[in-house]
Amino acid sequence: MRAFGIISSSGNHIYVEGMQDYRSIGAFSFLGRYRAIDFPMSNMSNSGIEHVEILMSNNPRSLVEHLGSGRHYNINSKRGKVQLLFTEGGAATSFYNTNMTGFAQNIESIQKAPADYVVLAPGYMIYTQDYDKLLDQHIESGADITLLYHSVETAHEDFLNCDVLALNRQSGVDAITRNRGAEASAKIFMDTYVMKKDLFLSLIAKARNISSMYTLAQIVNKCCKDMDVRGVEHTGYFASLTDFKSVYKANMSLIDYNNAKLLFDEKWPIYTRTSDSCPTQYFEEAEVKCSVVANGCLIQGSLENTVVGRGCTIGKDCVIKNCVISSDVVIADGTHLENLIVDKHASVLHTKEIVADPENPGYVKRGDII
Amino acid sequence: MAQSNMLAMILAGGRGSRLHDLTNKVAKPAVSYGGKYRIIDFPLSNCANSGIDVVGVLTQYESVLLNSYVSQSGRWGLDARDSGVFVLPPREKADADLDVYRGTADAISQNIDFVDKYEPEYILILSGDHIYKMNYDAMLDYHKETKADATIAVLPVPMKEASRFGIMNTNETGRIIEFEEKPPVPKSNLASMGIYIFNWKTLRQMLVEDMAKEDSHHDFGKDIIPTLLNNGGNLYAWKFEGYWKDVGTIDSLWEANMDLLDTNCELDMNDSSWKIYTEDVTTLPQYIGANANINRAYITQGCVVDGEISNSVLFTGAKVGTNAKIIDSVLMPNVVVEDGAVVTRALIADGVVIGKGAVVGAADSETIELVAKDVKGVE
Repeated sequence: MRAFGIISSSGNHIYVEGMQDYRSIGAFSFLGRYRAIDFPMSNMSNSGIEHVEILMSNNPRSLVEHLGSGRHYNINSKRGKVQLLFTEGGAATSFYNTNMTGFAQNIESIQKAPADYVVLAPGYMIYTQDYDKLLDQHIESGADITLLYHSVETAHEDFLNCDVLALNRQSGVDAITRNRGAEASAKIFMDTYVMKKDLFLSLIAKARNISSMYTLAQIVNKCCKDMDVRGVEHTGYFASLTDFKSVYKANMSLIDYNNAKLLFDEKWPIYTRTSDSCPTQYFEEAEVKCSVVANGCLIQGSLENTVVGRGCTIGKDCVIKNCVISSDVVIADGTHLENLIVDKHASVLHTKEIVADPENPGYVKRGDII
Repeated sequence: MAQSNMLAMILAGGRGSRLHDLTNKVAKPAVSYGGKYRIIDFPLSNCANSGIDVVGVLTQYESVLLNSYVSQSGRWGLDARDSGVFVLPPREKADADLDVYRGTADAISQNIDFVDKYEPEYILILSGDHIYKMNYDAMLDYHKETKADATIAVLPVPMKEASRFGIMNTNETGRIIEFEEKPPVPKSNLASMGIYIFNWKTLRQMLVEDMAKEDSHHDFGKDIIPTLLNNGGNLYAWKFEGYWKDVGTIDSLWEANMDLLDTNCELDMNDSSWKIYTEDVTTLPQYIGANANINRAYITQGCVVDGEISNSVLFTGAKVGTNAKIIDSVLMPNVVVEDGAVVTRALIADGVVIGKGAVVGAADSETIELVAKDVKGVE
């Protein structure tokens, strides 16, 4: 194994309203049957990286439960390892709770990881990438650090608060800045790094000497003038789950099967934890179009342009349009919902109609009975 | 985890030749059922849910797929330290040549050494090709309560069909006084389900004796049970009520799949307290397209549907093209029905491709059409 992996959690500049109150973004339900972290975990596993360390953040319960022993990610149970990196104390006060604090507090695990290189990937972005190829490219280029980015033309309204790379003509990184929506065209940094483990350890030490609040991106930005830091462009599907609207949009964007094929490839399976639910039952009255449905559902009403998670019950004469419904949701007969995210275990029993503005999708809280 | 004192042996060696092409390359217990399952998932999940830790699976006919399938014992949660699913095909031994299992009892006889290793007090004999949910622990309680030598699970069947089954005649306490195989004039409607609990010591001795008998079929129904009855053994019938299906033919396999469309189906696959476990596959969730029209269907992950589905069951990875129609049919794993094709009252075998515009099956056909080879499209 040439490289080990680290999956990091989102920094303090990112917060997904509502959903993140209950769990870190990595544990967000995605496209009905996945959790966001399944994508980086599967990327690691499919790339032959069998030692993966995962930086935990606030409300870790859901993520810990989902990751379990990590066996469902097809990682050798003897040679491989899925290790959770907890941050003590500092975690409670978000100010100091940077990824660098997390790394510094778990420095032994990182030192002991049995590989010369490290691949760092975010638990809050959805894409597929062969990290082994990226590592080849990194070694071949002779760069100190390789950063993965995705060119977008909608940065004025999407990917807000994500980092952006400024590249010179040789793809050298001049700066890492924050996307404040000033330009439509931008190279969004996918918070994915490849470097030698020793360099990573020295960056941690360096950052801790400068500021207790430094993040990895900030120290790399500070050092990129003196080091060979290069950007590599990612192609294929890319979404960030970095604010409420982006979570909604990312789910909606994959309802189109042709779009989904850009992300999913039979040769690059995305693993997740099974819930052993049975197939979904569509009743006589069901009407379903343009929707993605997970297993274990009972569907009597009509669905259009909607994602439905595992084990949901959609009652008779319901009209559900443009919604993202997490798992184990119950929607009573005759309910009309549009443009919403309905969080896990919520039940819409008494409210007959919720229609949100398509530009500002609404939210039904986890476990709420309304 | 406390060790269970009952070990289960699943008889999974049969071909199921009335399933025709479906069992050309796989044994009947490995045949797909219910969208995402294989038939043997039912006894295995029942064992796991009943607290049984060690399960032997006796395989013989076309067993490569079946052996590799059941050996992944974690699929049913049977991978704790003291548990496991063990594949037991016929084998060569120091004192005996390689020989096939001559009958259901012989399959157990040839594995006495395996059973002995666990020193169980009770042994549960199961068939690998029935669809049902049963709590074997409740059956064991009954077996202990009646102090039986053997307990046989029985299913009340309609009296007029009773002559098709092995019928147990019992007295008022449930003790079996007579066993009749397919009686022309049945005295009772309690049909044997081929599920037995024995005290291992008793069965072990009977098997040793049976192995030496030249005129024996080495079969539980034909030899072991009648001998035990004749010897005055204490046999009890344990009445099972619930869904049970032996999917021996294409029609009955189709029917058992159609049963799942009934929202009051007794099998209740959605019951989270008694889940049926199976292989965990890495497919997408189901994709329902813009032209789809779904009306009474049972559909699982990996399916991509853009046509009309009515009264049908779609297995993992089945794809239905635009304007295709699937009516009263079963599409097994990875079947592709291309645009405009029409499938009616048919069971399409694993991976078969029905070409563009092709028409398969008919609404008025008496039997269900099994399609096991690709059907060319109509241009």
